[in-house]
Amino acid sequence: MSLSVNEGIDVKGLVDKVLEAYPEKSRKRRAKHLNVLEAEAKDCGVKSNIKSIPGVMTIRGCAYAGSKGVVWGPIKDMIHISHGPVGCGYYSWSGRRNYYVGDTGVDSWGTMHFTSDFQEKDIVFGGDKKLHKVIEEINELFPLVNGISIQSECPIGLIGDDIEAVARAKSAEIGKPIIPVRCEGFRGVSQSLGHHIANDTIRDWIFEKTEPKEGFVSTPYDVTIIGDYNIGGDAWASRILLEEIGLRVVAQWSGDGTLAELENTPKAKVNLIHCYRSMNYIARHMEEKFGIPWMEYNFFGPSQIAESLRKIAALFDDKIKENAEKVIARYQPMVDAVIAKYKPRLEGKKVMIYVGGLRPRHVVDAYHDLGMEIVGTGYEFAHNDDYQRTPHYVKEGTLIYDDVTAFELEKFVEAIRPDLVASGIKEKYVFQKMGLPFRQMHSWDYSGPYHGYDGFAIFARDMDLAINNPVWGIMKAPF
Amino acid sequence: MSDTVSQSADKVLDHFTLFRQPEYKEMFERKKAEFEYGHSDEEVARVSEWTKSEEYKEKNFAREAVVINPTKACQPIGAMFAAQGFEGTLPFVHGSQGCVAYYRTHLTRHFKEPNSAVSSSMTEDAAVFGGLNNMIDGLANAYELYKPKMIAVLTTCMAEVIGDDLQGFIANAKGKDSVPQDFPVPFAHTPAFVGSHIVGYDNMIKGVLTHFWGTSENYDTPKNASINLIPGFDGYAVGNNRELKRIAGLFGIDMTILSDVSDNFDTPMDGEYRMYDGGTTLEATKEAVHAKATISMQEYCTPQSLQFIKEKGQDVAKFNYPMGVAATDELLLKLSELSGKPVPAELKLERGRLVDAIGDSHTHLHGKRFAVYGDPDFCLGMSKFLLELGAEPVHILSTSGSKKWEKQVQKLLDSSPFGKSGKAYGGKDLWHLRSLIFTDKVDYIIGNSYGKYLERDTKVPLIRLTYPIFDRHHHHRYPTWGYQGALNVLVRILDRIFEDIDANTNIVGQTDYSFDLIR
Repeated sequence: MSLSVNEGIDVKGLVDKVLEAYPEKSRKRRAKHLNVLEAEAKDCGVKSNIKSIPGVMTIRGCAYAGSKGVVWGPIKDMIHISHGPVGCGYYSWSGRRNYYVGDTGVDSWGTMHFTSDFQEKDIVFGGDKKLHKVIEEINELFPLVNGISIQSECPIGLIGDDIEAVARAKSAEIGKPIIPVRCEGFRGVSQSLGHHIANDTIRDWIFEKTEPKEGFVSTPYDVTIIGDYNIGGDAWASRILLEEIGLRVVAQWSGDGTLAELENTPKAKVNLIHCYRSMNYIARHMEEKFGIPWMEYNFFGPSQIAESLRKIAALFDDKIKENAEKVIARYQPMVDAVIAKYKPRLEGKKVMIYVGGLRPRHVVDAYHDLGMEIVGTGYEFAHNDDYQRTPHYVKEGTLIYDDVTAFELEKFVEAIRPDLVASGIKEKYVFQKMGLPFRQMHSWDYSGPYHGYDGFAIFARDMDLAINNPVWGIMKAPF
Repeated sequence: MSDTVSQSADKVLDHFTLFRQPEYKEMFERKKAEFEYGHSDEEVARVSEWTKSEEYKEKNFAREAVVINPTKACQPIGAMFAAQGFEGTLPFVHGSQGCVAYYRTHLTRHFKEPNSAVSSSMTEDAAVFGGLNNMIDGLANAYELYKPKMIAVLTTCMAEVIGDDLQGFIANAKGKDSVPQDFPVPFAHTPAFVGSHIVGYDNMIKGVLTHFWGTSENYDTPKNASINLIPGFDGYAVGNNRELKRIAGLFGIDMTILSDVSDNFDTPMDGEYRMYDGGTTLEATKEAVHAKATISMQEYCTPQSLQFIKEKGQDVAKFNYPMGVAATDELLLKLSELSGKPVPAELKLERGRLVDAIGDSHTHLHGKRFAVYGDPDFCLGMSKFLLELGAEPVHILSTSGSKKWEKQVQKLLDSSPFGKSGKAYGGKDLWHLRSLIFTDKVDYIIGNSYGKYLERDTKVPLIRLTYPIFDRHHHHRYPTWGYQGALNVLVRILDRIFEDIDANTNIVGQTDYSFDLIR
């Protein structure tokens, strides 16, 4: 593989040409979010975490999506109230494939939609009284619920409701944690602030108000998985590896997670963090408050998995280090067989990525393991620290786009013509119509897991079936 | 730990088999036992049984505040859907940006098509100062980048709560040259805390007509022989609108479908991405004021629009998602009456073929008990068709359903002996329906993909016949309206019934004597 990509394409010229379509004011603003990666760069050279420009078709979501949809929603033994009008909870109902094991409606509620369904009178007179009633009814109809979160939709912050007072009063009354979350959709510039707000509520309303479970006995091998939402079972395919090397995963944040796991986390020896973007806040807090170190890892693709397992094991004793080597060796034949089968079919294929969270960088080496090249990548809601973590994954010449607009992405893809576009559901059919193979990299296109060794086999198979399906060959009519 | 692993390159195990391997099952058990601090299996089983009881149903129906698994979305998605049926139209959603991501996602997951709409991306500062600047910049950007022929503005609840005035804002933006003065920018205020997606649909249709037809009352607009038709919010719009056009063609009626998404939501894959395709032309929309009459296919999607149209001197007629023989008869007779043209012989033949099919299959339908849920009009149309088939609609539920709707359903049920065990539940949700099905069992559920959780819990088979259908593909490409549409619906119901019979008779040596080759 060469050390640079997009050779022979004037990518800088392409960026300039695409920017020409904007009115001047917007052109200047968008120009700061687009760049071509230079050799030995320490940073991607783009601005990030800035307001989206009106009217350009940003792909981003909102703070509610970051809190309810990402961080809180997967905690399975709690009920998460979409507090406000009916829509937000309806659209995010079962949308993210956060797998869990549980008796839905009885002791788990992950694929249900609870809302206070605001009406005009609630906007005019306030919704706190209704919220009281909502919580009472939930506690009566779902007696096994272990806690409740209140996920604020836009109107809550605008009409001046005091959801914290309601949470305190009702929590005392029903004897269960109730967490008010100020994740109104207009706050911040993307999902990202919702992640942060949600992290802070775990700090303030769980760590500050509850204790680890009585009878919970720590061991020197206790770790947590932080920032894995168990999409298609990702956290499970990761957990199994950590268990196999001899560690004890005391909590999953938040895919297939429970309130008790959140409460017990301060007892862990190390917090292992996968999605840095959405959960670094709580990891940093625990480091400061409880002295728990945290470490980023990457379980996409065998190269990164092996490196991460060794890095994790290095924090523990020789026994764990030996186990890590054994586990890597044990999976190696399967990994070799996967690569032998799929690499010849995928070698040299070019990929453009546009997703959120950790994936615009974390999945890169999984593609490299299959001999594929990343020619463009970008984040929906990254901050500077994400773009600083990116250059060592991708090569010189890679097109970088932050908070890309539908217009830009379409034009970039049209000009570069990658062999695969890896993005979200809103992008999927645009590029398939253009005749380009596509994989959704939020939901794994209803497949997965993609984490861990078991997930890598599925990932490789999926990339092959997308790129090498005969449908792309019958697109043009012979007449 | 064994030397070999379950996953394999030869036969890649997907999530549905991977996690049933012993190593994962053991892992789940360990996690549950050591870390989850959940309730005992006995307690979970006890509560699970309790949720199926009559006592639970009473508590469940006593709910006043919390809504659980509703059959409704909010206004803006309905308005966006309506806007997307006009030629070259880009919906512009004024308010928070996350909402637009949700609407686009929801529609895309159902139609398996791209869905384009922009947001004015309002944040905290706009909450304080209002979103005028967002409107000014947003319209300019959308117009320059996406070259629409029309921009239809609607609102999220944020913009409604802070009281942004669309009419003033749009005029202001035009004053700042965001778009040319004569560029069409119709609008609709679509507060999410009033009504649901069907009200949003109505608001946008009225908004577009108001823009093109003028706001002043004009009773003597010269009329021609054409007829307008408003389909309403319909997940089967691709198949249905095309079927309606075919029917109009057979009649020889000059019909304008006001908001026709059928091409926009079904573009070909031929190497070219069409951001806009088809739709009611702006010219036809303008001209539609001269139509003799307007037909609404869904009464509850169009009350304000029909009132507005009536004030323009047109005859109006409304249906409730007409499905089946009699409902299609009524639609065709109305078309005949309004156009002065006889029902084409070909359609009469199609009617006969549909009745023939029902006759062939009636034994499997007679007396079967159904739960039906969805939008108010769908519930009415579906129940009417079931009654016609000799099936019994038992629980008919719509979160958007009003008292008036409940009475309308009751009237329909009263019209047939097959309706005697039926009851309408307006304003109720799918958690209510779960209680209803557990305490008063039915044979089949008709609804959408969200009903799969009811199917899992109650073991009553689900037939997906209304929006949204996320987990089955392409049904929206086939009509449910007209005699041909009714045939499709009949076959979908029958297939599920036959699959269900087979699934219940396929144990070798125990039940397979009834595993009949011929049914």
